[in-house]
Amino acid sequence: MSMVFAALLASVPMSSATAAPKYGFGQPATPAQIAGWDIDVRPDGKGLPAGRGSVAAGQRIYDAKCAGCHGTFGESNSYLQIAGGVGSLASDQPVRTTGSKLNYATTLWDYINRAMPFEAPKTLTPDEVYALTAYVLNLNDILPADAVLDRDSLPRVKMPNRDGLTTAHGFMTRDGKPDTRNVACMKDCAAQIRLSSEMPDHARDQHGDANEQTRMFGAAPATAVHKSGLEAARAFACTACHGVSEGAVGPAFRDIARRYSGDGAAETVLVAKVKTGGAGNWGSVPMPAQGQLQDADVRALVQWILAGAN
Amino acid sequence: MSGILPGRILAAPEHHLTSPPNAGRRQFLHGVAASVAVTGGVAFAAAARNAAAEDASNLPPNVPDWSKTLGAPILASPYGVPSRYVANVTRRESPGLTRTPYSSVAFTPLQNLFGIITPSGLHFERHHAGVPDIDPGLHRLMIHGLVRNPRIYTLDDLMRFPSVSRINFIECGANTGMEWGNVAVPTVQYSHGMLSCSEWTGVPLSTLLDEAGIDAKQAHYVLAEGADGAALSRTIPLAMALDDVLVCYGQNGEMLRPEQGFPIRLLVPGVQGVSSVKWLRRLEVGDQPWNTREESLHYIDMMPGGVHRQYSWIQEAKSVITSPSGGQVLLDRGYHQITGLAWSGRGKVARVDVSSDGGRNWRTARLQAPVLDKALTRFRIDWTWNGEPALLQSRVIDDTGFVQPTLAQLRHVRGTRSIYHNNAIQTWRVDATGAVSNVQVA
Repeated sequence: MSMVFAALLASVPMSSATAAPKYGFGQPATPAQIAGWDIDVRPDGKGLPAGRGSVAAGQRIYDAKCAGCHGTFGESNSYLQIAGGVGSLASDQPVRTTGSKLNYATTLWDYINRAMPFEAPKTLTPDEVYALTAYVLNLNDILPADAVLDRDSLPRVKMPNRDGLTTAHGFMTRDGKPDTRNVACMKDCAAQIRLSSEMPDHARDQHGDANEQTRMFGAAPATAVHKSGLEAARAFACTACHGVSEGAVGPAFRDIARRYSGDGAAETVLVAKVKTGGAGNWGSVPMPAQGQLQDADVRALVQWILAGAN
Repeated sequence: MSGILPGRILAAPEHHLTSPPNAGRRQFLHGVAASVAVTGGVAFAAAARNAAAEDASNLPPNVPDWSKTLGAPILASPYGVPSRYVANVTRRESPGLTRTPYSSVAFTPLQNLFGIITPSGLHFERHHAGVPDIDPGLHRLMIHGLVRNPRIYTLDDLMRFPSVSRINFIECGANTGMEWGNVAVPTVQYSHGMLSCSEWTGVPLSTLLDEAGIDAKQAHYVLAEGADGAALSRTIPLAMALDDVLVCYGQNGEMLRPEQGFPIRLLVPGVQGVSSVKWLRRLEVGDQPWNTREESLHYIDMMPGGVHRQYSWIQEAKSVITSPSGGQVLLDRGYHQITGLAWSGRGKVARVDVSSDGGRNWRTARLQAPVLDKALTRFRIDWTWNGEPALLQSRVIDDTGFVQPTLAQLRHVRGTRSIYHNNAIQTWRVDATGAVSNVQVA
């Protein structure tokens, strides 16, 4: 009993009464454990380890481990381009690269150290990371070819875009100030609505066939399942002038079917007549052109009529 | 009319057809109808894509085959998967968007989802160095920095703490990022699909920080770091960390999926998804932000003039109509339900308005309960399509009074070259054939 109690006491971390953990789960993180995992490097250099590396050494490592993806001169834009574009961000054609965008060189060191090479991260020594950082900065003409970096010199490197990032905006806090002020107008709001962009034809099929990417059934349009030729004729307002079996202003569909029965050219003739209009075949009232209809729709409609308009 | 099969199952409205526009896409009936010569005439019915559906022997008055035999036994699928008839409802990547599947994005098929919860297997994916295969028994979470008691936790330890469950959305900061300059993608899956919403379960980060005993005088930020190859790291402001941030192990009732950070991830509600660091291994309390690569080269907002906004964490209010949406087809005039999703990183959805004329006139939609803080909210409204071209839009107002901006308003402030935080009103055009496509209006 007393030994259990002693063990419980021993598990409570040594700290002041107010700082005592409420639950006490887990274990203290030892300095050695922390040192192994605490890899972050801040802009002020905090976190940089001992070590050093030159541009020349960096080039050798880069050519072996980095150039395959990033290009011999850091020019590859297959992944994020790492060199070039310095000074271009304010232009109409900003070239976004590590060299043109990054504000602190320490972040380059941190990222190479934690995440590169892509397929084997955390395998570089501090010396190698210093060297690679120096070489990438040299590729961007930020460091001379004879430069050597270490924990003292790296934080002093001034990146071209040092002052190009701002926190003067309302997106750091939940009660921050938005930068747009739309008004929830409900009626007669926009004076003019103009289409400014739609899918370019060349991009339409870039994402494949959306039919293959979705459920095969469902939802709203199920009401349209049984559309017939007659319904279509109604939808296109054909029935304003044509009846199915009774003539009106124009001939009945079934009369048309009878007249053209056995005429192999009838479909083509009638499709053209619907599209362009006609007069004189059934009386004096002309048939107005229906150029607004799609060819495929007209053809299907004519086929339905010629088949007897059933 | 003969040849028209009653009760046919139709392809859903979520269509995008591969053939060029206006070149035979539209048969008789607004998109999917194929005229089929049958005895006695021409069928105008929309072509069912499923051959089985054309088999009238399974339709009344006949008794279907599956009613005259045994079905599969229990445990035919021990975990359980969706019906094979919906096996094509999956996450998808946007071709050409990224150069490697190990640092890429898979988009949630929003056009196919109901309600507000994203099935765990359809939650969008964004990884920076692939999905690590982590042995939960060997995973550790370290908390250190400006704390009195640096701690290291096993998963067992973390799961002993008092837990909470909360429904929150996660939206990538780059969601809709391809659309800043012009229309670029066809469907809502690609335009808005870096968005998902789950019920998350875990330990409040505030509990763990209390345990560690933060140095309240100096501490202002927490660095969160992943155990993946990228060791992805992000600065979290302490005020948020102490508010509603969770260290999660549960998602929709089960352990996190590997793609979502198994065994533990951070959840920073209302903040761009990259801050909800997956495969969380380390939390360091500090007095300055870290300016990590993912907050100095990426996830920064390019403004006119070339200056970038840094630490732009909040995902502002946004909404999108998911049906009808790009690639779908309205098969007939008459009644249609317009439905979609609305959300705000600053709070709750207060109201959603819907326009069918490009933003000239608006009607207020119904909100489906529950309407939760920093969660997706489902909205619906009735609409009668008269067969004329229409421009469908939705506009959310959150409980701070903020009104979702038009694209023009957003561009007026931020230009067209940003990648992040595009929360503009989305426009879907319904043309006279019923085909729905992605457009932008000025």
